[in-house]
Amino acid sequence: MKQPTGSPVERLAVLGAAAGEAVERLRQSPVPVIEVGCATCGRAAGALETIAGFEEALAANGVEAEIRRVGCLGHCYAEPLVTIRYPGFPPLLYQKIGPGEAGILVRSFLKDGSDPCYEYLIGALEPDENFPTLMDYPRYLFEKRVVMEQCGLIDPEDIDHYLAAGGYRALAEGLEKGGEWVLEEVKAANLRGRGGAGFPAGRKWEIARSVDKTRVIICNGDEGDPGAYMDRTLLESNPHQVLEGLILAALAIGAGRALFYIRAEYPLAVEIMEKAIAAARERNLLGEDILGSGFTLEVGVFKGSGAFVCGEETALISSLSGHRGMPRPRPPYPAVAGLDGLPTIINNVKTLSTVPAIIRNGHQWFHEIGTENSPGTAIFSVVGEVEYPGLVEVPMGVTLAHLVNDICGGVKDGKALKAVQIGGPSGGCLPVSLLDTEIDFDSLKKVGAMMGSGGLVIMNEDTCMVEVARYFTDFTQGESCGKCTFCRIGTHHLREILKSITIGEGRIEELEDLEEISTSVIKGSLCSLGKTAPNPVLTTLRFFRDEYLAHIEEKRCPARMCRNLTAFYIDLEACARGCDACVACCPTEAIFTTSNRKKAIDQEKCVKCGECVYACPPEYDAVRRVSPPELIPDQGVQPLDSGAGSEKEQ
Amino acid sequence: MSEKIVTITVDGKKITAPEGAWLLPVCLEHDIYIPSLCWLKEMDDPPASCRLCLVEIEGLPEPVASCRCPVREGMVVRTNSDEILKLRQVAFRLLVSTNDGHCNTCIANRSCELQQIAKFLHQPLRTKRLRHIDRDYPEIIDDHPVLMYEPKKCVLCGRCVYVCSQNERGYKLDFAKRGMDTIISFYGSDIDPAAKECADCLACTEICPVGALSSKEKWRRFIAEVRLKQEQKKQKPS
Ligand SMILES: Cc1cc2nc3c(=O)[nH]c(=O)nc-3n(C[C@H](O)[C@H](O)[C@H](O)COP(=O)(O)O)c2cc1C
Ligand code: SF4
Repeated sequence: MKQPTGSPVERLAVLGAAAGEAVERLRQSPVPVIEVGCATCGRAAGALETIAGFEEALAANGVEAEIRRVGCLGHCYAEPLVTIRYPGFPPLLYQKIGPGEAGILVRSFLKDGSDPCYEYLIGALEPDENFPTLMDYPRYLFEKRVVMEQCGLIDPEDIDHYLAAGGYRALAEGLEKGGEWVLEEVKAANLRGRGGAGFPAGRKWEIARSVDKTRVIICNGDEGDPGAYMDRTLLESNPHQVLEGLILAALAIGAGRALFYIRAEYPLAVEIMEKAIAAARERNLLGEDILGSGFTLEVGVFKGSGAFVCGEETALISSLSGHRGMPRPRPPYPAVAGLDGLPTIINNVKTLSTVPAIIRNGHQWFHEIGTENSPGTAIFSVVGEVEYPGLVEVPMGVTLAHLVNDICGGVKDGKALKAVQIGGPSGGCLPVSLLDTEIDFDSLKKVGAMMGSGGLVIMNEDTCMVEVARYFTDFTQGESCGKCTFCRIGTHHLREILKSITIGEGRIEELEDLEEISTSVIKGSLCSLGKTAPNPVLTTLRFFRDEYLAHIEEKRCPARMCRNLTAFYIDLEACARGCDACVACCPTEAIFTTSNRKKAIDQEKCVKCGECVYACPPEYDAVRRVSPPELIPDQGVQPLDSGAGSEKEQ
Repeated sequence: MSEKIVTITVDGKKITAPEGAWLLPVCLEHDIYIPSLCWLKEMDDPPASCRLCLVEIEGLPEPVASCRCPVREGMVVRTNSDEILKLRQVAFRLLVSTNDGHCNTCIANRSCELQQIAKFLHQPLRTKRLRHIDRDYPEIIDDHPVLMYEPKKCVLCGRCVYVCSQNERGYKLDFAKRGMDTIISFYGSDIDPAAKECADCLACTEICPVGALSSKEKWRRFIAEVRLKQEQKKQKPS
C-alpha cells in the first residue's frame, strides 16, 4: 500500500478522506444494504441463519441487495437485529428477524420499497418524519453512548468505516503532540479503570513511564465473569477503537511491546482483532514509524485459556509467561515489574476504548459526563428478570432505579423487584430500599457492592437470596486458584454452610461462622478474588437476614425456590376436569388423575422441577408452590383407579 | 538490600535490622515468633500464600504478610493484636478442618509444623467449630517413582514447588486443579532419568512441613514400623 507523506495529522487526513469516499460510495449505492448484527450474541440468536434466509429470498425473488455483517447494538432482547438501508428511506432497524421474517422483508420491502414492514420495525436510526426514531424509546433516550456509539452501526472488519467516522484522529493528534501530552490528557480526564478496581489509568501509566526499561502494555480481554460480555462485544463490534486506545496508551507510557490478552473462548473476537491489527498495519497505523512520527509499535494477540482468576493482573502475567495462572503478592506492582520483570500496564477493554474519545474531545468534555469522581460512562450487561436485557451504556451517577426501571423497562411479567446483584460474581446484592444508590465507583463501594466489570443481575420476588449467595460462592470457590488459605478453604466452608441452609439443615450458630469466615477471607486473602468473594454472602446476610432465618428456623424458603423446602400441589378448585397439559411434561410421572378426573402430584415421586407450573394453561393456573412442604392442604385426593370413587358415583 | 540499619518497634519492643529486609525473619531473629508454613529463609520472592504470618503495621489499612514486608525506619508492628490473633486462628482452623488428623500414624508426628503452630496458638488439631472437610483425594498417590504423596495431609504451602523450581534439573512439581480440589502434581515423572534425579535430590521431602511428601523408601519403612507396633499392641493384652 502506498503511504501518504507529511505530518501524522496530514497523513491521517489522506487516509480518512479515502475511507470517507469508500463509505459514501456504499451509502449512495443504488442497491439496498442489509446489515445483520453478527457478533457472538447475534450469532447465538441465529444471525447466520437470518443471513442465509436473506440470501435465499433475494435469489428467489431476483432482488439485488448487499448483505453486510455488523457488530452488536446491545439490544439482546431484540436479536437478531437487522438494519435496512433502502434508497429513499432512512436506515431502518428491525428486531427478531429470523429466516422467515427475512423472506417477508425481501418480498414486501426490498423488492420494490412498497411496505417497510412496520410489524418488525423498531425505528429509524436517523430522525425522520414518517418513522418513529430510536430516540423515542427510553432505552435509547436515556443511554449515553460514548464507547458503544458505533457498535452495531459499522462493519467491524472494514477499517474504512472506523476511519470515516473519525477513527485514528486521536492517534494522529497524539503522535503529533507526543506521549506526555496524551498522558496528561488522560490524567486530567481522571479516567478510572473499567476492569473493576477503578484505579485512575493516567496515574498507573505515569508509574510505568517513570521506570527506565522497555515498557509493556496489555489489553485485558479475559472477561471471566459469568454473564458479562461487554468486552467481547467491544472487541467484536468496534475493534479499531480498542486498538487505537491501546496504541495511544502505548504512546503515553512509551511502550515497546503491546498485547491483547483475549480468552480462547472468544474465537470471533480473536479473529476480528487479528484482522484489525493487520488492517491498521497496512495503513501504517501500527508497525514501524507510525504515520511518520518515529514511534514504532507491534501488537500481538495472546489467547488466554479460560480461568476466571487469569483476569487478575499478576495471574494474567504469570499465564502469559507460560506458568499456571496464579496471582502473586504485590508489591512489586506490575506497573513497576510485570511481564519478564518489565514495567507492565494492564488495562481493561472498556478503559482503552474510552481513550480515543477523550483525546479527540478533550478532558473537559469527559468531565461533563458522569460524576465528579467517576467521570464518563459505565457499561453494564443487564441480565435476569428484566424486560429489556442487554448492554447498556449510561453516564456514571444515574441511580440503579433509573437504570432498572426506566432504561431496562422494569421487571418482567409484572413481578416485584427484589434485589439487584451488581459487580459480577463478587458483587453485592442490593435490596429495593437501596435502589436510589448512584452508579459510580465510590457510591457502590459504600453500600457493600462494587462496580466490578459491569455485571448486573435483576432478581424478582421468586429469587431466594440464600440460593443466590450459594450460587456465586460456588463459582468463586471453583475459580479460586487454591494458593492462599483463606480463599481456598474459607470460600469452601462458606459454600458448604450456604448449601446446608438451602436444604434445610442449617444451624443458627452457623450464621456467625458465615460472618466470621467472610470477614477473615476479605481481610486475609492474597488477591482481589478472595478479597471480594464473600460480598454476596455479607450483603445478603445484611439485607435479607430474615430469609436466612426462615430457612433455618422454619425450614421455609420465602421465595419458594429451594427444592428441599418447597412442594408443589395442584389446586383441585382451579384444575380443569379432563385437561392433562401437565402430565406429559413431568419427567418422573408424578402427576396422576384423581377420582374426579382432575390432576394431583405424587409427592414421593415429585422432584420439584417446576415444569408443571409452566405447562398448566394460564387460564387455569392451578399449580401451587408452598414452603415448607407441610403446607400442602389436604384436598382428599383419591386416584381415579383406586376404586374409592368411580365415575358413576360422581 | 542496603547496608543501612533501621530501628523498628514490634509489639512495643525496639529492634534493629537492615533496611529492606523482610520483616518475618527479622522478628524470628529477635525471638518474636510469627507462625508460617509457606515461607523458607532462602526465598527471594516469598509466595505469601499461607497467610499465617499476617501482622498489623501502623498506618496501613489492612494486615500484611510479614514474610514479604520490607523493614523501614520507624515502622510500628503489631503481631499480637486481637485482630491478628483472630485472623491467625481462623486461618489455622481452616487449615486443620481439611486435615485427617491421624497424627499417630503419620510420618511427621512430633516433627510436624502444624502441631507446633497448634501449640503456639493454643488451638486443637481437630476443630470442633467448623465441619471437617474430607477432601476428594485418594489417601496416597504413589505414581511417582520415588516420591509418596499423601494429599489429604497436604497444606498446599507450595514449599515443595519452590525447592523443585530451584533445582537445575528441571521443573517437576507444581500445583494442579483449582479451588478445594487444588493439589500438587508431578510433571515429567514418567521420564526415567528425571526420576533418578529425584532419587538423588528429595529436597521436597525435606522441607514438607507436614509429611505429605516423603521418599517411598522411607515411607515404606515407616509404615512397616507402624504396622509392627500395632501388631505388638494387639498381641500384648492377649
Ligand atoms: C479474580 C479477578 C478477575 C479479574 N478479571 C478481569 C477481567 O476479566 N478483565 C479485566 O479487565 N479486569 C479483570 N480484573 C481486574 C484486573 O486485575 C485489573 O484490575 C484490570 O484489568 C485493570 O484494568 P483497568 O485499570 O483498566 O480497570 C480481575 C481481577 C480479579 C481479582
Ligand atoms: S485469594 Fe484466592 S485466587 Fe487469590 S491468590 Fe488467594 S487463593 Fe488464589
